[in-house]
Amino acid sequence: MDLVVVVILQVVASVASLALISVGLAVIFGMMRVINLAHGEFIMLGGYAVIYATRWGVNLWVAMLIVAPLFVGVIGIVVERAVIRFLYGRMIDTMLATWGLSLLLIGAATMIFGNTTTGVSAPLGGISIGQYQTSLYELVLAVIVALVLVGLMVILKRTKAGLIARATMQNPSMAASLGISTSTVYSVTFGAGAALSGMAGALIAPLSGVLPTMGISYVAKAFITVISGGAAIISGTLSASALLGSLNTLATFAATPVIGEVVLLLTAIVLLRILPQGITGKYFRRAL
Amino acid sequence: MSKRWRTGLSIIAFIAAAAVIYILPSVLELFAIINATIYVSMAILALSLALIWGAGGILSFGQAAFFGLGGYTYAVAAINFGDSTWAVVLAMVVPALFAALLGYFIFWGRIGDVYLGVITLTMTLILYKLFNATAGDAYTIGKARLGGFNGIPSTPPLNLPWDVGTALMPEEIWYIAAGLLLLFYFGSRWLLSTAFGRVVISIRENERRTELLGYDVRRYKLGIFTIGGAMAGVAGILFANCVFVSPTMFSLFYNAQVIIWVTVGGVGTLFGPIVGAIALQMLVAKLGTMNGLDPNVVRGAILILFVLLVPKGIMPVLQSAFERLRARSPVPPEPAAPRSVAPPVPKHEAGKPEAALTVGGGS
Amino acid sequence: MDTKLDRRRLLKATAAVAGAAAATGPWFIRDLHAADAIKVAGIHDASGGLDLLGRPMIDVLTLAVEEANAGGGLLGKQIELINYDAQSNIQYYTQYATQAATKDKVAVVHAGITSASREAIRPVLRRFNTLYFYNTLYEGGVCDRNCFCTGSTPAQTVEKLIPFAMKKFNGKKIYTLAADYNYGQITSKWVKKYTQDEGGTIVATDFFPLDVTDFGPTIKKIQAAKPDIVMSVLVGGSHISFYRQWAAAGMKKEIPMASTTFGLGNEHVVVSPEEGNGILASYAYFDEVATPANKEFLARYHKRFGAKAAPLTEVAAMTYHGFALWSAAVKKAGTTDRMKVIAALESGLSFDGPAGKTTLDPATHHDILDVYIGEVENKKFKLLKSFSQQKPADTAAVCDLVKNPNDNQQYIIDVKV
Repeated sequence: MDLVVVVILQVVASVASLALISVGLAVIFGMMRVINLAHGEFIMLGGYAVIYATRWGVNLWVAMLIVAPLFVGVIGIVVERAVIRFLYGRMIDTMLATWGLSLLLIGAATMIFGNTTTGVSAPLGGISIGQYQTSLYELVLAVIVALVLVGLMVILKRTKAGLIARATMQNPSMAASLGISTSTVYSVTFGAGAALSGMAGALIAPLSGVLPTMGISYVAKAFITVISGGAAIISGTLSASALLGSLNTLATFAATPVIGEVVLLLTAIVLLRILPQGITGKYFRRAL
Repeated sequence: MSKRWRTGLSIIAFIAAAAVIYILPSVLELFAIINATIYVSMAILALSLALIWGAGGILSFGQAAFFGLGGYTYAVAAINFGDSTWAVVLAMVVPALFAALLGYFIFWGRIGDVYLGVITLTMTLILYKLFNATAGDAYTIGKARLGGFNGIPSTPPLNLPWDVGTALMPEEIWYIAAGLLLLFYFGSRWLLSTAFGRVVISIRENERRTELLGYDVRRYKLGIFTIGGAMAGVAGILFANCVFVSPTMFSLFYNAQVIIWVTVGGVGTLFGPIVGAIALQMLVAKLGTMNGLDPNVVRGAILILFVLLVPKGIMPVLQSAFERLRARSPVPPEPAAPRSVAPPVPKHEAGKPEAALTVGGGS
Repeated sequence: MDTKLDRRRLLKATAAVAGAAAATGPWFIRDLHAADAIKVAGIHDASGGLDLLGRPMIDVLTLAVEEANAGGGLLGKQIELINYDAQSNIQYYTQYATQAATKDKVAVVHAGITSASREAIRPVLRRFNTLYFYNTLYEGGVCDRNCFCTGSTPAQTVEKLIPFAMKKFNGKKIYTLAADYNYGQITSKWVKKYTQDEGGTIVATDFFPLDVTDFGPTIKKIQAAKPDIVMSVLVGGSHISFYRQWAAAGMKKEIPMASTTFGLGNEHVVVSPEEGNGILASYAYFDEVATPANKEFLARYHKRFGAKAAPLTEVAAMTYHGFALWSAAVKKAGTTDRMKVIAALESGLSFDGPAGKTTLDPATHHDILDVYIGEVENKKFKLLKSFSQQKPADTAAVCDLVKNPNDNQQYIIDVKV
């Protein structure tokens, strides 16, 4: 019985972490059709932001939820202004440019931070469930991810900024003729996506540590999750994370981590064969 | 350019390239020949992507899957047979079959665009993870241990067909590699000039229209995809001969690298990606001998600058410069292809029809 | 590439100038030695995922060469060090090894971190008759007269670590976590053998690809199995997350841990004291070894690379030892000729350095060395025990280069369990 509870908690934690590392990419892809291959490095920068902020005495939670997203969000806006905006409508070129950015950031981080940066420990300690122990932080993380997704939904659905963003996403020329500066919208959206990636990096830093090359572990997984989810940002990310994350965890429990990863990847392939536009290309089409 | 003129130019280019390949070993030191062989094997890999992406419009994110499969098949077969002859044949057949199966899965499922990219990438990552997980004793095929992350270091070198005693020297492997590159390059140009090639190019230009003209586009895509897979397999064989096979051949790094070479060289051309592959390989190898600056910074900066400033790649730019010079006309002949206009177009890189048909005027 | 003739002429001219300069007086040599120097190549990863191991190795090799040059060089000549960055990519190991052997024509190559990189370099250097030193601890079994392995192997470290951990933690049931490649697979077999020799049992052995970062399910599996000790053979930056997640789940105080790899990539500095304290590890060198030789060595290292330079681990110390052993052999042989230097190295040559006394075993070309067991305490290792002059018994079981000088392979040592 304890084992069942523990496995369920583990599945929830895995789904949450998959959704967390994918949501930033999903915002940028869903709103702008830009696949940001520097996504992993935005995660990495979020991690470093937390480490340095806490080192300078900022409270850990403030660092994770405010400082890191702000820092990476600003970097995102700079990147958008300097590189991405010249490449709208050229999906492959943006992928290549962001791939270049990814290499550049890895190299720069190696030169600046070195590779023996001390991380931060996970707060909150562990809790016991029968004979098992699990990290309370992982569970809190799942709650935070849920709140972030709900928050994102509220912003997109209920605020004026969200309305403008959705309008621009659906019909940029119409939005522009209504007096909306689409360029600003794109810029802000990219910054918001980057900020979410930065927050993801900040939140996983206590569990995974921070290294200049850490982004590589996440970018392919996030990429696959987002594409499997389809164009809808929130429901797409959530449904794809739920499917892939839970299968991955169950397979890992039943067999080995390698089998877990392979099951995740095979599921994505089969999914795209059946639903070539991703999950939300077929279901929840009107959702966000 | 008249057609006759162009054929003549091609023949001259072929002879010149053959002469350079022949002379090189007597001019260069051994290490340069070995490195050149590695670069040439990479150039063949780049050419295989140039064929399916540049000409066929199929952006595969997993071209390294065929490259790695070719290398592994060669190593396993050569170790077991003791003779490389059938190993070479197998190492072309296996990637081609894999490409055919994967292509069937993709094209008959009508998957295109970025989704196709994700499927091919995911496929490669699966192979990467599976081959990485073969470090245990259980993973032995005949006499060959797959070796997991460490790969198969003791890959036998090529020998003369059915003559196990005569293992080839580095110079001879160079002749084979460079000869194959030459063969594949001119072979690809010929292929694109056949009826089959014309249809493949027309699919890239407008898939719907080609289909309405009565062609089964799925078959043509499958055809070019399979040919590209076999070619990448050959690149894998050569790589196995100069470096050795390990799961990194399937890694994200190699997959992305091929795309970078093709982009830098010029999508839609056949010669550009060859130049891109060789030039960037030389540059990156150079970076490792300069201490201080992280090579990733340079590599990343080059890629960003290229995408921003030379988005069409080296070859088309060089070519138009050359044409301009020849015609002495101040107006550059821009490729006037209709680019798809709608802003968030997933359809990539439309405007390169001219390039694909005419580019590649030899060296 | 096409200006070969010109280049050759240029080289000759440069050599002539350098020669003339050298003839005018020895103090010019230090500046204009390029043509007349003894060349040494280092190929390590200074970038990419493995740079956390590679950079200290490069630094220490640089330090060793600079010290040798400051002391008058070797055989009256200066040493020129060529450092290649293999960028954590096997392909470049092959390329640079070929370049070092055939273009630079170096006297010796110190290179390689992973076993994969070593197996890429080894055949190249053997083919081009260039002496090769591999200075990393590894799974053992390399048998090649052209190659010297100065790092420790499982029979030297794991053999001591397991009984020590079982006694200290008073436990018999061990759960092994290992990186899924040759080193992890083979080392986990040694762990099993030594555990059973001590009357213990292995509850389970799990293997992890090098890029795994999520250890949640594994931690639950360990909890279900209830072992007395967790043995970690995890490798690399991604696997560090295991130690964090282990601590975050509150397991630190439940089950103690020992490791054959923790600390080698400065993991004990990267994780916090709460996450790292109490983990046992065993190496042929620790930064904390309190001998005068090591203290002086560290002082020189920090003077050269700054007080904040990364703490040194076995791979760096053995790179220093490897270079010292080679230069001692060159002095003894009076030449850099490969076969003569090999003969000198096979004469039971020793070097007393930061890691104590290391002696090359002629039969296996591996080091006989001192082994230490340390416990992590606030980002440092507290040394608990040392074992003097351990022999490479694992490799010795399969390899005898005195009897079979032409042997050339890495044996997969069949561990009897």
